[in-house]
Amino acid sequence: MRSLNAGKPKDAISNSNLLFLIAAVIFVLMYGFAILRYPGSFLQFQTFFDLFSLNAPLIIITLGISIVMIGGGIDISVGAVTGLVTMCCAVLLESGTGSVWSAVLLALGIGVAFGLLQGYLISYLEIQPFIITLAGMFLANGLLTTIHKDPLNVTLPAFVSLRDFELVIPWLGTKNRLGNFIPLEIKPGAVIAAALIVILVVVMKWSRFGRNLYAVGGNSQSALMLGINVRRTKFYSYALCGLLSGIAGFVYIMTTGAGNVGNAAGFEMKAIAAAIIGGTMLTGGVGNLFGSPVGALTLLTINELIRAAGVNSNYQAIVSGFLLYVFIVLQSVVVWLRGRGDFRLALPSWLLPGRRTAEDRG
Amino acid sequence: MRSENVLEMHGVCKSFPGVRALHDVGFALRKGEIHALMGENGAGKSTLIKVMTGVYEKDAGRVEVDGKPVHFRSPQEAQETGIGTVYQEISLCPNLTVAENMFIGRGRYAIVRWKRMNAKAARLLDSLDIPVRPTQQLSSCSLAVQQMIAIARAIDMDCKILILDEPTSSLDEDEVKKLFALMRELKSRGVGIVFVTHFLDQVYEISDRITVLRNGELIGEYEAASLSQFELVSKMMGKALGDVAKIKRREPLASDAEAPVFEGKALSSDAGIRPFDFAIRKGEVNGFIGLLGSGRSESVRAIFAADKVKGGEVRMNGERVRIRAPLHAMKQGIGYLPEDRKGDGIIAELSVRDNIILALQVMEGFLRPISRKRAEAFAEEYVRSLNIKTPSTDTPIKSLSGGNQQKVILARWLLTHPDYLILDEPTRGIDVGTKVEIQKLVLKLAEDGVSVTFISSEIEEMLRTCSRLIVMKDRQIVGELSGTNLTQSDVMHVIARGEA
Repeated sequence: MRSLNAGKPKDAISNSNLLFLIAAVIFVLMYGFAILRYPGSFLQFQTFFDLFSLNAPLIIITLGISIVMIGGGIDISVGAVTGLVTMCCAVLLESGTGSVWSAVLLALGIGVAFGLLQGYLISYLEIQPFIITLAGMFLANGLLTTIHKDPLNVTLPAFVSLRDFELVIPWLGTKNRLGNFIPLEIKPGAVIAAALIVILVVVMKWSRFGRNLYAVGGNSQSALMLGINVRRTKFYSYALCGLLSGIAGFVYIMTTGAGNVGNAAGFEMKAIAAAIIGGTMLTGGVGNLFGSPVGALTLLTINELIRAAGVNSNYQAIVSGFLLYVFIVLQSVVVWLRGRGDFRLALPSWLLPGRRTAEDRG
Repeated sequence: MRSENVLEMHGVCKSFPGVRALHDVGFALRKGEIHALMGENGAGKSTLIKVMTGVYEKDAGRVEVDGKPVHFRSPQEAQETGIGTVYQEISLCPNLTVAENMFIGRGRYAIVRWKRMNAKAARLLDSLDIPVRPTQQLSSCSLAVQQMIAIARAIDMDCKILILDEPTSSLDEDEVKKLFALMRELKSRGVGIVFVTHFLDQVYEISDRITVLRNGELIGEYEAASLSQFELVSKMMGKALGDVAKIKRREPLASDAEAPVFEGKALSSDAGIRPFDFAIRKGEVNGFIGLLGSGRSESVRAIFAADKVKGGEVRMNGERVRIRAPLHAMKQGIGYLPEDRKGDGIIAELSVRDNIILALQVMEGFLRPISRKRAEAFAEEYVRSLNIKTPSTDTPIKSLSGGNQQKVILARWLLTHPDYLILDEPTRGIDVGTKVEIQKLVLKLAEDGVSVTFISSEIEEMLRTCSRLIVMKDRQIVGELSGTNLTQSDVMHVIARGEA
C-alpha cells in the first residue's frame, strides 16, 4: 500500500460534519452564555435535562424531518400527524377499551400510515413532496378536530402511572436553595429520544439504506446511474419519518397526559428550523443526525434565554427567524467556499425557479 | 467458434413523445476492442447508450450479451450483467467519499463495512495509479480524477463491456493520455469498450472500429483504419461525397474596408472554449460552422454574455464597451435567438403578444410598461409581416407550431431593432417552408444593414445565407472560409483537416 494511504489520513472534513460542528459550537457557546448570565437556573443539570425531557417530541420529529431532508425531500405534515396521534391515543385510552400497549400500536400505526401514503405518492408518482405533505398536514389537522374538539385528559391508571414515571439518577443532582440535595429526574420520553438518536445515527452511517439516502439526496440522477433504487430509498425515508411522527405523538401524550387540538401545533416548522440549524441542508445529501437534537436544543435554549430575560415572548419567534436566515446563508457560504462553484443559495429545487433541462437525445 | 461479440443489438427502436430517437439500429461490440460511436446532435448516440445501460427501456428490438438475450429495466440490471458505464456528466455523488462512490449500489449486505470498503478502494486506486485517498469527499477531487474513479468503479465490477460517454470532454491532454493508457490496458484484458466522443482525432487515435448514427438511424459500421476523417465527417453530416453541387450564394455586400459593427478580441467564457477573435461588419451575414460540440453555440453565447464571460475586449462600432450580462448586450443592440427554443426562448404560457414585446419591455425597463394598445400594434405588425400563423395575438405561444414559435421569437428581437442579430439554430425542428422563410428574412435583414451571425447544423443552409464561415473544431476556430464558390466539400475538408 502506498504511504499516502497508510496511517491516519488527513481528509478534509465533510460538509455534513463541518456543519454539525458549527452547530455544536454555536450551541455550546450559547449554553455557556446562558450559564454565565443566569447561573441560578442554567447551571443546574435539571434545567438541561428538562429541556431535553419536555421537548423530546420535537427532537424526535426533527430526526424524522432531517432524514427526509437528507434524501432531498421535505415533510411538513409531521406536526399535524403528531397532534393527531396524541388525540387518537387519548380517545382510545379514555374509551375504556384500549390498554397502553394498544395506544402505542395505534400511535405507530397512524404515523406509519401517513408515512407510507405520502412516501408512495412522492416517490412512485413523483409528486412534489411539499404539496403532498401540505395535503397530509391539512388531512391530519382536520381529522384531529373531527375526532375530538375539547381537551381530553387521560385518566386510565396504567397510563397515569406511566405519565408520572420519572427516572431518578441520584448521583447527578443539584442542591436547592435550602441546601437539600435534589436528585436528577428524567422523563422516559427523553430516554426514548436519546435511544432513537443513537439508533438513527447508526442507521444513517452504517446501513445501506442510510448511505443510499445520502447518495439520493446528493444527486438523485447519479444515484440512479450508480444502481441505487432511488424510489424505494425515498419511500423508506418518508415511511421512517412517519413512524417517528407516531413515536413523537406517543411521547407527547406520555409527557403531557392529555389530547388537545393544539398539541404539537407548528412543530413542523420548528422541526425544519431545528434541522437546518443542526446542519442538515435543505438541498439534501448533507447532514449529521447528531445535529438534529443540537439544532432543536439551540432553538429551545434561545427561547429559554429570552424567557429568562423577561422580554416579550414575540422575540422568541423573531430571534428564531433571524437565526434561520443566518444559518441558511452560512450553509450557502460554506458550500460555496468548499465547492469552488458559483455562489448560489442552498435551497432545494422545489424552492428555486427551476431551469428546465431539455431531454437529451444527442 | 461462435461470434466473438460481447454485445449485439438488433433492430432497436425507441421513441419519446413526438420524437423518434432510434429506428431499427443495430450495434455489435467485440471482445477486446475499442468501438467509437459517432453521430451529430440528435443522432441517437445517448439514447442508444441509455438503452444499453438500462436507463431507457427499448420499444422494440433485441439486445444480446454474450449471445444471451437480455432486457434491462433498470441500471442495476445492466450492471449485474457486466455493463459498466461512465457518463458524460459524471454520475457520482459529490457528497459521498471516494470509496463509497466506488461501491455504493452494489453490495448485497444491508450493512456498510467501512474498513473493508476503504481498504479495497485503496488497493484499486493504487493499482490504477489514481492519486486520491478513499476517504476523501468526492467533491474535493478534480473532474479528471472523478472520471477515473467512475472508471475504477466500472472495472471493479468485472465488467465485460465498458461504455465511456464523452469521457474526455472535461480532461486536459495529459489526463486524456492517462485515460487512453487505461483504456488500452482494459482492452488487452478483453474488455469491450464503447467510446463516444466529439473529438475526431481521439477517435482515430484509439478506436478499432467506428459506428455512425444519424437521425436515429444506423449509417454503418467501419474499420477505423479504412475510413478517412473526411469520409467520417460526411457520413455524420449526411452528405455523400459526390453531393457537392455548387450552391448559389449572395455576394458579400459589405466591403472589407468598412469598420466592424461588433469586434471582439480574445473572447472567452466559462463554457470551455479557447479565447477567440471575432468581428462582423454592417450588413454581413456570417456563421460558425462545425460539428456538434465544436464550440459553435458556446462562441455566440460568449458574444452575448449568455455564459459567464471570463475575458476579452469588445468594441461596438469602434467604441469599447463592457458586455458582462445579456442585458448589456441587448442595450448595445445585440439580439440573440437561443438554440434551445423551449428552454431558453419561449415563455410557453404567455400569449404571442406578450412573447413578442418581452425583449423590448426589458430594454425599456419595467417601470415604463408598454401599453396594451402599443403592444397590440407591434404584435399585429409582426404577425402580418412574418406571416405567423396564429388564431390571435392572445393565443398562448405553446399552442403554436415550432416554426411559428420561432418566428415569434424572431419578432421579439426584430422589435428591438438590433444592429447585430445572433441566430443559433433558428431552423432546427421546423418545417421546410418556414425554414426558407427564415433564410429569406435573414438575407433581407442584411440588406437593411443588420449584421447577422447564423448557425445551423445544415451546411447548405449556411452556404446559402452566409458570406463568411468561421470553422470550429474541438472548441477553437480552425479556419475561415469566404468567397463565392464555397462547397460543402470545402467545409468538410476544413473540419476534417483542421485547417483552411
